[in-house]
Amino acid sequence: MSGAPRLDVAVRRKLGTFDLDVAFTSGGGATALFGPSGAGKSSVANAIAGILSPDDGHVRLDGASLFDRARGVDVPVHARAVGYVFQDARLFPHLTVAKNLRFGLVRARDRPQYAAFDDVVDLLALRPLLDRRPRGLSGGERQRVALGRALLGQPRLLILDEPLASLDAGHRGEILPYLTGLRDAYAIPMVYVSHTIDEVVRLATHVVLLAQGRVVATGPVHEIFSRADLRAHTGRRFEASSIVDATVVAHRPDWQLTDVALGASTLSVPAVDAPPGTRLRLRIRAREVALAHSEPKDSSIGGRLPGRIAEIVEREGPYAEVRVDVGGASVWALVTRHSVGRLALAVDMPIWCLIKTVALDNRLVGPLPPA
Amino acid sequence: MTPVELEALSLSLQVAALATLASLPFAIAIAYALARGRFPGRALADAVVHMPLVLPPVVVGYFLLLLFGTRGPIGHWLDSVLGIRLIFTMKGAALASAVMSFPLMVRAIRLALDAVDPGLEEAASTLGARPLDTFRSVTLPLMLPGILSGAVVAFAASLGEFGATITFVSNIEGETRTLPLAIFTATQSPGGEAIAGRLVLIAFALAIAMLMLSEALARRVARAIGR
Repeated sequence: MSGAPRLDVAVRRKLGTFDLDVAFTSGGGATALFGPSGAGKSSVANAIAGILSPDDGHVRLDGASLFDRARGVDVPVHARAVGYVFQDARLFPHLTVAKNLRFGLVRARDRPQYAAFDDVVDLLALRPLLDRRPRGLSGGERQRVALGRALLGQPRLLILDEPLASLDAGHRGEILPYLTGLRDAYAIPMVYVSHTIDEVVRLATHVVLLAQGRVVATGPVHEIFSRADLRAHTGRRFEASSIVDATVVAHRPDWQLTDVALGASTLSVPAVDAPPGTRLRLRIRAREVALAHSEPKDSSIGGRLPGRIAEIVEREGPYAEVRVDVGGASVWALVTRHSVGRLALAVDMPIWCLIKTVALDNRLVGPLPPA
Repeated sequence: MTPVELEALSLSLQVAALATLASLPFAIAIAYALARGRFPGRALADAVVHMPLVLPPVVVGYFLLLLFGTRGPIGHWLDSVLGIRLIFTMKGAALASAVMSFPLMVRAIRLALDAVDPGLEEAASTLGARPLDTFRSVTLPLMLPGILSGAVVAFAASLGEFGATITFVSNIEGETRTLPLAIFTATQSPGGEAIAGRLVLIAFALAIAMLMLSEALARRVARAIGR
């Protein structure tokens, strides 16, 4: 993040008994609005797009006011150049895929064109669908078309409102790489609305954590999802996880494994298609991490990271979370309080973090979002 | 067909076509205002539009005479400024048919409008389409089946219009004597039963042809908008 924020949002609105009061800024890249349903994520997204008019506040994009109650500014939706990918795709049923894609393109003729039709079609693999009608498309295909359509409108900001929520798990995995590809191919600021940690971790640089119409916390993704004091908002007990950034060191094709450097240690993960030196982001679930006083070389566990205990947090029930500093990165381990006592764990004690390689599947390992 | 029968048939088709085409833009505008508009007096406007459906047609014809007669406020203006005379003319017959079938047309179009997902219009505006552009490129095409069925219903109702027509523009051969009026005239004249019978057969054939045509059209439109 450098200089003035690209996106500056402050939204206040009363909707019946629901009271929305949200403010945040973004320096570009992908910002996730994360929170449970009913937190006000979509309302904020709609206020940025102009679909919903706040009672008070402002929306500024690259220095220009899109909305400012105090100054009487309210740029209509069609003039905001804010692209929107809806949860339900909202493709025009009477138009072919090609005409859907060109809908925004022909209406953005007077703005700088950074996304070309053929490039977007190839990036999202839409070529075989161009002559078809939305009716015959699968859910995943629809979202790809909606993504391309929004992008071809040459938006200055792209809002994605739970674009994967209506898809089944398989199709979600199929769309995610397109989303990251799109994010990396075009340096367009994105606002990504989601309540799924995996998506946010893969896509976003920053998180705005929302609950009941308020901002709970904002910050870099790995920070927010690693903070113990935010666990109540970032996931239930078994979702608790660490977000760590690692670098590809080497591939071992005979075993279909990739070695990555994490802090001062090396960890094996299932093969990742990326050259050595590539930065990766890993989500390590706390319940998949075990602790030991010595390195258990005679076990099957592939990930053995030496570190030092930084924090021990007691949880409800029989559980405790232990944060281990492994050479600069933080890894959380979910253990029982019984284990804490049995191993006599204490802050500052040297300890080994044990992570099964099979626990790091490809949904949890992905390219690092650009800063 | 005899020249008289041919004349009544062609006049009926002309009157119905004119009535349908001329009222279509107004029906779309009013259906849109009633379905989406937020203005004071909307309930009253809704009631006025539906009046012809509940009033005796003769009463509608009477009001048309008051308003559109050469001494009526609108009729006088049309006559003196534009040189259009409605009373006792084919155009007047079309007006009577249009007013009588207007509520049916508005209802059908309004149903179609209610079925258009406002989310699609939102999507269009986020893609840079102004409100009128959104209406023309998204709303209107998606309403097409309803517009078509509204037009078909109005056309069919116009073909059968009798009371308002005979009250407003009378029963003038070659000018305002449509099929229903011709059948009525035949039944009123001695020995006209045979003539009336032939005209009734023509009305039957016309109705069946209309039904088949509208079915075929509806199928084509549904295909065209991807339903």
